[in-house]
Amino acid sequence: MKSIISPIKISYKNLLAAKFRSFLTIFGIIIGVAAVVIIFAVGRSAQELVLDQIRGIGSNLIGILPGASEESGPPAAVMGITVTTLKYEDLLEIKKEKNVPEIENAAGYVSGTAVVKYQEEELGVSFTGTTASYLDVEDTGIIEGRFFSEDEETNLSKVAVLGSEISKDIFDGDNPIGKKIKINNHKFTVIGTLKEREAAAFGISSQNDSIFIPLFTAQKLILGISHLAFIRAKVDTVGNIPLAKENISALLRNQHDIDNPKDDDFSIRDQASAVEIVGSVTDAIRYFLLAVGTISLIVGGVGVMNVMLIAVNQRIQEVGLRKAVGAKNFDVMLQFLIESASISFLGGAIGIILGIFISFLVYLAVNALGYDWQFLISIESIFVASSVSILIGVIFGLYPAYKASKISPMEALRYE
Amino acid sequence: MLIEAKNLSKTYMSGEVETRAVCDVSFTIDKKEFVAIMGPSGSGKSTLMQMLGLLDRPTGGKYFLDGRDTNEFSDDELAELRNKRIGFVFQTFNLLPRTTVYENVELPLLYDHAASNKRNREEIMEALESVGMEHRVNYFSNQLSGGEKQRVAIARALVTDPEIIFADEPTGNLDSKSGIQIMKILQELNEKGKTIILVTHENYTAKHAKRILSIIDGKIVSDKPVEGRMKAGDKEYMLK
Repeated sequence: MKSIISPIKISYKNLLAAKFRSFLTIFGIIIGVAAVVIIFAVGRSAQELVLDQIRGIGSNLIGILPGASEESGPPAAVMGITVTTLKYEDLLEIKKEKNVPEIENAAGYVSGTAVVKYQEEELGVSFTGTTASYLDVEDTGIIEGRFFSEDEETNLSKVAVLGSEISKDIFDGDNPIGKKIKINNHKFTVIGTLKEREAAAFGISSQNDSIFIPLFTAQKLILGISHLAFIRAKVDTVGNIPLAKENISALLRNQHDIDNPKDDDFSIRDQASAVEIVGSVTDAIRYFLLAVGTISLIVGGVGVMNVMLIAVNQRIQEVGLRKAVGAKNFDVMLQFLIESASISFLGGAIGIILGIFISFLVYLAVNALGYDWQFLISIESIFVASSVSILIGVIFGLYPAYKASKISPMEALRYE
Repeated sequence: MLIEAKNLSKTYMSGEVETRAVCDVSFTIDKKEFVAIMGPSGSGKSTLMQMLGLLDRPTGGKYFLDGRDTNEFSDDELAELRNKRIGFVFQTFNLLPRTTVYENVELPLLYDHAASNKRNREEIMEALESVGMEHRVNYFSNQLSGGEKQRVAIARALVTDPEIIFADEPTGNLDSKSGIQIMKILQELNEKGKTIILVTHENYTAKHAKRILSIIDGKIVSDKPVEGRMKAGDKEYMLK
């Protein structure tokens, strides 16, 4: 025990004696460790933020997209390539309980942008053509008026339901119900306003900024198409998602006359796979940043090694004396290893504090911007950062310590 | 017989040139002796002391300590022998900087893995009392005068209660008053039973010992008891 406490005391004294040099030495370690802590904290918080938003859409929903699924990436429809294989009839079949008993409800979607005119004002907006089942599937509701009915879905009714933001934009706080608006020069009657919904991130178009019109009206009157952009289906329980996916696949293959699953002209995604993709992307970013942190730690380690080599040279006489009074090679080696590990650990400790501080600043800043960002500092990250800094000190202190242990006790007698 | 040197030699090679620092010396030293190894600089006296103090190994001959051939010991065993049986006092004191008197004296005990902490404190205080430095126990080494530093260094040499004390020019960096104090302490230690081996180039300092080994060019040229031995602290001594 004595032989461990004493070197720590000695190294502490040596550190204090050369404050500025010690600080320079451990600077690399401070930056590297702070980077590791920030990567863990900010990386995890960002991942939680994105995943929360995906989960917010509903974890028991599955999406059916036209076009074959690529194992390695999103289906073509996501990339903006138009695939026309998904039809309204597919939606009707999916909704039938005898076909897919796990499905509670499903909605079909098309979307586009249009010019909306109210009185003399024109506005470019995005619109969604959908089915009456939208409210149930998306788990949302109406604050004023009503949503369109199943009859209106197919009878080319010119009725529109507004998202909360777009309603404010067009009507400026007036009651929009019953008002006439023009969408691409077709006259529509506003019949309702949707509840405000928490903004979704990353390209998922927000309900609040969209105008909703019946599916057939959108397809035939505005877009001039007969296919669906995608179908969203609500599964009764999360546990039934795999079964529902299988049943829908079988049903659609039958509908589309497909024998070999390799020839599928549709793909089915659930939230779990979206969560997985986002998770793996953010993981990749984290590992990249971790590599950057590792490089700074290695640079820091080289700094520690450099300073330890200088220390060994400056303290030849001290080492000689220690050996003259009975220190064995191992005692000397241990002393220098503990010294370099302490220096490195000190840097690690400062780095951890700095990392937590910066993570906290990020937390404050992102929350000030209105996102629900969590302040997450994991015990593992602190444990990893501490052990890594000690380990760096030991690894990079090994050679200087070995050199010190080889100093002859006769050096104690060498007088300048 | 404590120390027996038999045809002890040390040869250094620097490039092609062979330097014989000590050649073929034989002598014995008994327990409780006070021997001065005296010679001019470059005579090989320091090299001889390094071998006797187990800091270096001879290149020829044998060195028996307590009848055991020291060549048969490993480096670690030599370190242990230095720790337990030998104390060193150096010309330049060799105290650790930025370290207290107490910690400096404690140093050899750190490498004595059997020593307990409680016993340590008593031993350290005892060693400091025997050189009259107990009142400076919490001073830092750089707050001491040269004479005080050397007294602390002697306390450090004494703390493990070794049998032999090697003193390499212990008064070389001191004023005469401090030098006398140091020689007085060494003589007292010898009276209490320690074997003292003093290395010096001054006849005057060597005369504090009981026996002088004179060495020139690596060879012992005379080995005789001191006539008219100096007694540090005596009245007549002060007059000289």
